[in-house]
Amino acid sequence: MSHPTPQAAAVLTDRDNTGDDPRSRAPLITGTNDFTSVTDIVASIAERKPTLYWWIAFGGAATLCGFFFSLLGYLVLTGIGIWGNNQPVAWAFDIINFVFWIGIGHAGTLISAVLFLFRQNWRTSINRFAEAMTIFAVCCAGIFPALHVGRPWLAYWLFPIPNQMAMWAQYRSPLLWDVFAVSTYASVSLFFWYAGMVPDFATLRDRAKSRIGQFAYGVVSLGWNGSARHWHRFEKAYLILCGLCTPLVFSVHSVVSFDFATAQLPGWHTTIFPPYFVAGAIYGGFAMVLTLAIPCREWFGMKDLITMRHIQNMARVMLATGLMVCYAYAMEFFVAWYSGSHFEHSLFLNRPFGNHRWGFWAMFLLNCSGPQLLWFKWARNNLWVIMACAMCVNAGMWFERYVIIATSLSRDALPSSWAQFSPTWVDLSLLTGSFGLFFTLFLLFLKFLPTIAIAEVKTVLPQSHAHGHAEEAH
Amino acid sequence: MSDPVNPQNPCHSPRFAFPKWANYLLPIILLSLVGGAIVVPAVVMFGLSAETLATGYQPDQPVPYSHEKHLRMGLDCATCHNTVYKANFASVPSTEVCIRCHGPKKDAEGNEIKGTEQVHSNSPLLVPLHAAWNSGRPVKWAKVHNLPDYAYFSHASHTNRGIGCYSCHGRIDKMGATGTTDAVPGVVQVKNLSMAWCLECHRAPEKNLRPVNQITNMEWQPLDAKSLPAFAGLRELQAATTQDEAQAALGAHLKGKDGYRIRSKEYMQSCSTCHR
Repeated sequence: MSHPTPQAAAVLTDRDNTGDDPRSRAPLITGTNDFTSVTDIVASIAERKPTLYWWIAFGGAATLCGFFFSLLGYLVLTGIGIWGNNQPVAWAFDIINFVFWIGIGHAGTLISAVLFLFRQNWRTSINRFAEAMTIFAVCCAGIFPALHVGRPWLAYWLFPIPNQMAMWAQYRSPLLWDVFAVSTYASVSLFFWYAGMVPDFATLRDRAKSRIGQFAYGVVSLGWNGSARHWHRFEKAYLILCGLCTPLVFSVHSVVSFDFATAQLPGWHTTIFPPYFVAGAIYGGFAMVLTLAIPCREWFGMKDLITMRHIQNMARVMLATGLMVCYAYAMEFFVAWYSGSHFEHSLFLNRPFGNHRWGFWAMFLLNCSGPQLLWFKWARNNLWVIMACAMCVNAGMWFERYVIIATSLSRDALPSSWAQFSPTWVDLSLLTGSFGLFFTLFLLFLKFLPTIAIAEVKTVLPQSHAHGHAEEAH
Repeated sequence: MSDPVNPQNPCHSPRFAFPKWANYLLPIILLSLVGGAIVVPAVVMFGLSAETLATGYQPDQPVPYSHEKHLRMGLDCATCHNTVYKANFASVPSTEVCIRCHGPKKDAEGNEIKGTEQVHSNSPLLVPLHAAWNSGRPVKWAKVHNLPDYAYFSHASHTNRGIGCYSCHGRIDKMGATGTTDAVPGVVQVKNLSMAWCLECHRAPEKNLRPVNQITNMEWQPLDAKSLPAFAGLRELQAATTQDEAQAALGAHLKGKDGYRIRSKEYMQSCSTCHR
């Protein structure tokens, strides 16, 4: 075998950086990019006029978003009787959608915080995306429980505010833990996202031609001037925020799972829920990051920054967390059988063969079967296959929550109270409309904010490691 | 500063998007945030509290009725509010109750009426009352103590268990008539009637309990119980020298099984006790 020729080295720096040839480290940024071109690629998206793709997507999303808020108006004026929820299925699409959206956010926090602490440098290209996705998913998630309380104008009762009713929050309820878990999550994620963007805002400020751009980016960049002192403080703050975010990756969805696990209902009352929910959240979250990243890198010319290696890494994380989720499904059935509890037996037989069996089989096929394609290299090399797998997981994770919530409630321990749940048009439209809100926010992010962490990506360019090159030369 | 057009001054270079006064924005914004964090909760806390918004409510009444005058003559609350021991509602007296004493001298056709009490019956102040009597449509009294519809308050369950009128309504016997020069012109709301105020007593009812035969006594003091024969054997009460000591002894006694069997703290604070 010969040494790698210059040609072979050139091939490695080209678009295909998916190999694991031990003789040279696979580049995280492909093409012939340097500091300037990275800045150009990212900043130009915010600077130039939006593309036709953006306008079409934004038009659609904004229309859907408008529809969503009109429906919310209708809902608030009418009352939640227009939902399909009723006894015994008192929690349905409202809570399903909440858990679905809050779960999606987890990939963002995992990528930004956990992968940072574990020195997974490939995160730099996708963390901004993923964090934005987290924030917007939490926005969508927060709306549903606020409406679920029935009188949203009294939702402030959830917080311990001294009041003339001498009423205080019930700290023994996991629903209240949820309020604090989610609001902590939203605020820390927002800080993290914003703090990371400050240097990039300064870049956009310095490049802005219009007075409005200079002013707006000037305000949000908080007087950043790139001095060593600023960078020093910035890196400290970033590390601290990472430390704060990391437990949230695990705590938030654990607390969400307590909403169910602390109840006595068969199908909810199980100790496996916290890790099972966290794995599921990361599974669904990575699927959503892929869903967003694959088209964006295509349409906004970011293929050199979000490379096939990034996509494949995410596909691998998705596969791994998917297996954890499958294991949890299997374990739920095992424990139901092993418990010897009549009610557990009957509920878990009801899931695949009972009144909501189509929900179970949709979940099973979409979550456990489809994504297994990613075991194969050809599948991980094909963006269409990855996109299809991600779509499977997006839908499958929604069905998972449907199965847990609606199926369990519809068949509790008392047969006389059994009832079938069926969603109304408002339920279905609110679910659809929440995607409008999500994509509207995401498209605005794509247009106006630095979509990729410019400053961070530069640290993984070969040019940042001059010392290493000098050694190579010797 | 002194040379605003000096092109050498970097502050006036077109490179800077922000005018120089923008430097003051940060401290101003920070101060406003800190100030707002104090002022807004304070305004909400005090300005929108039930104490500010509800107490002191003293609406004009269609007839200048004086509780002060009527109670001074020795009437009891329950003479007119005659369902107070039996019903949730203490009954704003019907026209007939007033007419029992203040009957008109003439009926709607102008014929003399005989055989009724006709106290002050020529007084112009009673014209709305007599109009109501003749027409059959009730006097439009303005409700002073108004609880929300979702609070199921029962007068009977309070008056039969040792909560006096005074505890919620204050010194009704000092309240005069609206539109007059009385010291207190009209019935006024003295307690804020907020849920917190209700709960204050539901959590510690012993602080307000009194013997049921003293319910309508406006001048009742806990030490007065010493002389009541029913409490002659209550040692703690007999040993009490201050009103607080007397109330503590009396409340503890009346709350228990020899008294009015006040329900448990859990029941008294349960949502469904008042909101059904």
